[in-house]
Amino acid sequence: MKPRHKRLAIVGCALAALAATTALVLNAFEDNLLFFFSPSQVQAREAPADRAFRVGGLVEPGSVRRQSDGVTVAFVITDTAKTVPVTYRGILPDLFQEGKGVVARGRLDAEGVFRADQVLARHDENYMPPEAAHAVEQAKKAQRSLAQPAAGGPAK
Amino acid sequence: MAIPWFKYASPASFYGLAGRMVPWFTALAIASALVGLWIGLVAAPTDFQQGDSYRIIYIHVPAAWMGMFVYLVMAGWAAAGLVFNTRLSGMMVQALAPTGALFTFIALWTGALWGRPTWGAYWVWDARLTSTLILLFLYLGYLALRASIDDARRADRAGAVLVLVGAINVPIIYFSVRWWNTLHQGASVNLQGSSMATVMLTGMLVMAFAAWMYTLAVSLARVRAIIIERERHAAWVAALPREGSPAGG
Repeated sequence: MKPRHKRLAIVGCALAALAATTALVLNAFEDNLLFFFSPSQVQAREAPADRAFRVGGLVEPGSVRRQSDGVTVAFVITDTAKTVPVTYRGILPDLFQEGKGVVARGRLDAEGVFRADQVLARHDENYMPPEAAHAVEQAKKAQRSLAQPAAGGPAK
Repeated sequence: MAIPWFKYASPASFYGLAGRMVPWFTALAIASALVGLWIGLVAAPTDFQQGDSYRIIYIHVPAAWMGMFVYLVMAGWAAAGLVFNTRLSGMMVQALAPTGALFTFIALWTGALWGRPTWGAYWVWDARLTSTLILLFLYLGYLALRASIDDARRADRAGAVLVLVGAINVPIIYFSVRWWNTLHQGASVNLQGSSMATVMLTGMLVMAFAAWMYTLAVSLARVRAIIIERERHAAWVAALPREGSPAGG
């Protein structure tokens, strides 16, 4: 074995050991690396009850209601399986929209309503011009009206 | 075509090769940046959700890619330096670090400026943002470590170990959006395709190419300065024509 082969082996082994250690550490800290909990996790009581945490998902279409004071807004976060009702006092980001991604920070009250003190919009990875988005929307609608009579219920 | 690797592993011959390549990469960087910016700022349409603020991707995404990629290249040179004990490897790591740090900083800074109007926050401690901040600290840590060791060869070896240990962070950055819930969106571009309109994608890829060319140009120019400085007692450096002398530079 030449010295440089030996050094190559040492560097390789050291890196492999480091990668394994990192994988184990990241695995152990799994929960703390989650930026937000999904509504399913919240309903399964996996989210901490005694401290603030974040809930992320989509704003359920048709669920956004503004209260009469003008700054309080109520909406529902869904992951299409479970939902969490949220109330928030403050200014919403521009990208906050029904059917789009959202992450709210706050805590659950006794009635199971999530009282948010911060609401962030979560952007998705799709980029397209407005005309293309419109075309996609039209295509989805057409598909829905075709699928509905056959399925006999509201499609997702 | 056989590339004489071992010939160019010597700083003396690499000095000349790098000098011949720098003007080409500089010209390509300027040309592709102009084309990329024109596509991004003029030809590309606005985004259906974000309006014009999405145009930050023409800087942000290439900068973030380069920040990660330069670190991997540094790690490759660092490993080669430790294994083969070549002088040029440490010099290349040293030459690449400031550019990688610059790109990482640009990615973080433009991301913050985009995040405020889009998400509603300049900064959040999600896995993608935090691991990218760690990448910037690794670059700065490498530069600080080098600066604190007077002997260049010892600095090479200490720096190489730091760079190699930190390399584990790059896949964590890349896959963070897939492994964990993050506020940062998932990848728009991967090997299977992209979820972007073609003209937007083209502009971004041209800008990424410009970032590559810029990195090559400045790091090769920088490594020439490092070679001259570190080999200043060598006979071949003394034999170089002086700048401004009648013989020409």
